[in-house]
Amino acid sequence: MMGIRTHLSPPGLLFAILGLAALLAPFMTLAANRIVAGDGIVAWRVAGPAITVPGVAAVMIGLAMGLVATWTRLRLLGAVFGLAGLLWLLSRSAPILLTQAGEYARVSPAAGFWCLLVIFMLLMADALAALKPGPFMRAVLLFAVLAALVLVLHSGLLSDLSVLQEFSSRRDAFFTEFQRHLGLAFGSLAAAALIGFPLGILCHHRAGLQGATLPVLSFLQTIPSLAMFGLMIPILGWVGNTVPGAQAIGIAGIGFAPAFLALLLYSLLPVVGNTVAGLAATPPAALEAARGMGMTPRQRLLRVELPLGLPIILTGLRIVLVQNIGLAVIAGLIGGGGFGTFVFQGLNQTATDLILLGALPTVVLALTAAILMDTLVELTRRIPEETA
Amino acid sequence: MIEIDQITKTYGTVNAVDAVSMTVETGSITVIVGTSGSGKTTLLRMINRLEEPTSGEVRINGTSTSTVKPHLLRRRIGYAIQGHGLFPHHTVARNIGAVPELLKWSRDEINARVDELLALFSMDPAEFRDRFPAELSGGQQQRVGVARALASRPDLLLMDEPFGALDPIIRTRAQEDLRHIQRKLGSTIMLVTHDMEEAISLGDRVAVMDGGKLVQYAPPAEIISRPATDFVANMVGDVERPLRLLSLISVAEIIEPGEADGEALPETASLRDALSACLWTGCDALPATRGGTVVGRVTLKAIRARAGAHE
Repeated sequence: MMGIRTHLSPPGLLFAILGLAALLAPFMTLAANRIVAGDGIVAWRVAGPAITVPGVAAVMIGLAMGLVATWTRLRLLGAVFGLAGLLWLLSRSAPILLTQAGEYARVSPAAGFWCLLVIFMLLMADALAALKPGPFMRAVLLFAVLAALVLVLHSGLLSDLSVLQEFSSRRDAFFTEFQRHLGLAFGSLAAAALIGFPLGILCHHRAGLQGATLPVLSFLQTIPSLAMFGLMIPILGWVGNTVPGAQAIGIAGIGFAPAFLALLLYSLLPVVGNTVAGLAATPPAALEAARGMGMTPRQRLLRVELPLGLPIILTGLRIVLVQNIGLAVIAGLIGGGGFGTFVFQGLNQTATDLILLGALPTVVLALTAAILMDTLVELTRRIPEETA
Repeated sequence: MIEIDQITKTYGTVNAVDAVSMTVETGSITVIVGTSGSGKTTLLRMINRLEEPTSGEVRINGTSTSTVKPHLLRRRIGYAIQGHGLFPHHTVARNIGAVPELLKWSRDEINARVDELLALFSMDPAEFRDRFPAELSGGQQQRVGVARALASRPDLLLMDEPFGALDPIIRTRAQEDLRHIQRKLGSTIMLVTHDMEEAISLGDRVAVMDGGKLVQYAPPAEIISRPATDFVANMVGDVERPLRLLSLISVAEIIEPGEADGEALPETASLRDALSACLWTGCDALPATRGGTVVGRVTLKAIRARAGAHE
């Protein structure tokens, strides 16, 4: 049977092998309380056969459905099937595991679960990539995945899990920090755009300014993030204490202002650098023609250079947004708020699930931002490329 | 009428263009020809002030170009360059309508002008209007580039190696089209090239530049028959001079009464074509036609006499 062999999907095969291996790893962890390290339990022992048999079977069937390269829709279905299996195992076994343990016992997903989750997400992404969805379709898919996630979390299916117990005891704080995190990431992005675009345009026209600016911004980029946030404390503390009125508008060594400033400084290089690169990408002949037909410098910028550089400039914003969503976690260290608050509280308390409460939403947020920005970049790139 | 008066451009201590003076008649094609570094492109770019002259001035219909703001001056002067310089993110229609848009013509006027120009360049407006430059062939891109330069009915059209990026067959066709359109519109064109063949076949007058100086400014026939310097003679190419000269003269000029056998030549054909036909068929004479009827003959002897005449 030559046919089967040639139609096997190499990533699908890899996913299947890794997936089977991951099934051997602990699927859940049961701990006596939220601090101590728990005991791992493999997937087929998390509950009785009535739960584990269909769950493990769904995972294995999902992996098998991902094997055939040409049946893209089947592979996609396999990913959904496998994810449903994971959800089934997780939601059904958690209450059962807890009933056998003490009052403070915590149950959480373990390495095996996370590996399988990633494998099925990759399988889904691989199958979707083969379907080549347009930018709008991708936005719709993203929305559907997020909606499914919210629905599962909201349904209470997983409320027995440790990370969601941490959530339910901090529900209000979670949404406050969520807003704070968005404020830090998008606020610093907006400020970087406000400063970076004009600076980039100036740099484009003055080679001297460009030579002075970009190395400074590159240097800022090389400062380790922990050091950068730490450095802000004495600097803004001094500003807050010496400049009249500074404290009144919230400028102090710790809190939102230093975190915001640190993120802003990190954002400038991608914004300025990509603006300069985008403007420089205009074909020289088109620029010469624009000059020769009597466009003013302003008209050349608005009608030729900016529209042609837009995909590159937006790519800069994408880098900044994804980078800042991640970096904003460190703001928690200097009292800047955001999901980092939970991460650092969790680190202090050695409560892994509290760390996850900060880390998981950050990952989801960064992925969402990346996919949305990619869609935007692609929409601006829809002009046919110049042929030679 | 374009008057270039003692115009000089100095870079450091080098005179890229050295006190060049010339007058270009309205409705003619003037070709500036020279090797690279001869200053021909700098001369052209000083006319629409993409380069500011160090000294001297250019007058268009009596008005000095230095009295007009550069970007306003350039909107009145068409400019077509090598590699067309079309805006890749704009459709053909927006590209052609770029200068009228700058001049704030109404949308209807611009659309009408775009369709008119596309038709003039043998491109179906309905088919090409909404395409992007990347979706056109090289020859079509070049035509759109020239159409764009002509869109606002400029006083003068400057062309810097406009056919340089085209392959030889398309280039000949593009040259013929330009000649045809120039005759039809009566445009004044100044064109820069390094190709003497192109200069001779396109120009009403040819200006030869060497080392920043204008060494000869004359009709093509004179450039060939009486080159002013060795440099010009070299550019023309000594061996090919008679053939180049013959290519400028039409059969009509040497038709004589009489009969001949063989395939007839139209009187609009060049003597170069006639010579070629004679050699190919082995005939000493061929019939010549005017509007399809035979009016006489062309003889090899007459061609030879004309080639040796040197005017």
